[in-house]
Amino acid sequence: MALTRRHLLYLAPLALFLVLAAYLLAGLALDPRHVPSVLIDKPVPDFALEGIEGGDGLSSKDLADGEIKLVNFFASWCIPCRAEHPFLMRLKDSGVKVYGINQRDKPEDAAAWLVRLGNPFAKIGADRKGRVSIDFGVYGLPESFIVDGVGRIRYKVTGPITNAHQYDDLVAQIEALRK
Amino acid sequence: MRGAPTTGGNETGFRRADARPPLTPTLSRKGRSGILLSLLLLLLLAFPAVAVEPEEMLKDPVLETRAREISRNLRCLVCQNQSIDDSNAQLAKDLRVIVRERLTAGDSDTEVIAFVRARYGDFVLLKPPVTGATAVLWLAPAGILLLAGIGVLLFLRRRKSGPATPAPLTAAEKKRLDELGGGDAA
Repeated sequence: MALTRRHLLYLAPLALFLVLAAYLLAGLALDPRHVPSVLIDKPVPDFALEGIEGGDGLSSKDLADGEIKLVNFFASWCIPCRAEHPFLMRLKDSGVKVYGINQRDKPEDAAAWLVRLGNPFAKIGADRKGRVSIDFGVYGLPESFIVDGVGRIRYKVTGPITNAHQYDDLVAQIEALRK
Repeated sequence: MRGAPTTGGNETGFRRADARPPLTPTLSRKGRSGILLSLLLLLLLAFPAVAVEPEEMLKDPVLETRAREISRNLRCLVCQNQSIDDSNAQLAKDLRVIVRERLTAGDSDTEVIAFVRARYGDFVLLKPPVTGATAVLWLAPAGILLLAGIGVLLFLRRRKSGPATPAPLTAAEKKRLDELGGGDAA
């Protein structure tokens, strides 16, 4: 028997259901913990931070130095930062500049952490009150931003980089921006 | 005897209701209402849980009310399903303080919300705004209601007209019916 228009009408709810199911199924693959940054392609917020123990410090001007760089938010009390640390060292050794913003940390703890594990950062700013972190839309540690030569945020990594796959992804992003 | 096995009290294995003391202690009517009353009184102690700490609050009650109202509509991104008014996370506390600072500095409610939104995006608003991405979310209930309404309307209209009466039998059909009915005559 040929399909009449009426038969097609009976199939409409099924079709509607399938469309909805596909839509929701795709949604299941999204990670609710991963909130996209609104600052992508925008200049970094203005800031000027002192160093952790009276060092050079870091300001938004340092980030417009003509190079592609990583800005990493970390703290000595942050356990995932500890797991990420070797990858930051590797990134620095590969010739990428890494800047650190030390969030809500005791200066002596942060300094000891860097002495013990090694210091991957070209410059570090101490964000003692967490205000610069909020200006960057940081909502957990660690978070990292790729900032381009004119000081624009181009890419954000939420959460730690703890495996080669994530590391390669990051390097690929940096390479793509260098072109 | 309390706590002893409940079966085996008599030969049949069934326990008679009055055979042994009940397993749970009974209370007098007076004792029971006393417990009920104290439970009800305990309910009075159940204040809504709020994370705002006294030293965060503004002295100006009008500003503080506005701050609370704004905070209730801002999501804490650390705990995600709590507002910054409810959350004890450090970020929520920082944002509560920022909301109050901006209000004291003379910002309007919209300006304060825009400040937070510029940093954390639409996700920070507990009530999602109508944008291209959320249009489906906002329009779907109305769309489904509309479709269902049309369906119900069609159904009612069809039912009103009643089942169609069959057309009278044609001559050929009458003849065939006669043949079937009087099979032995053929």
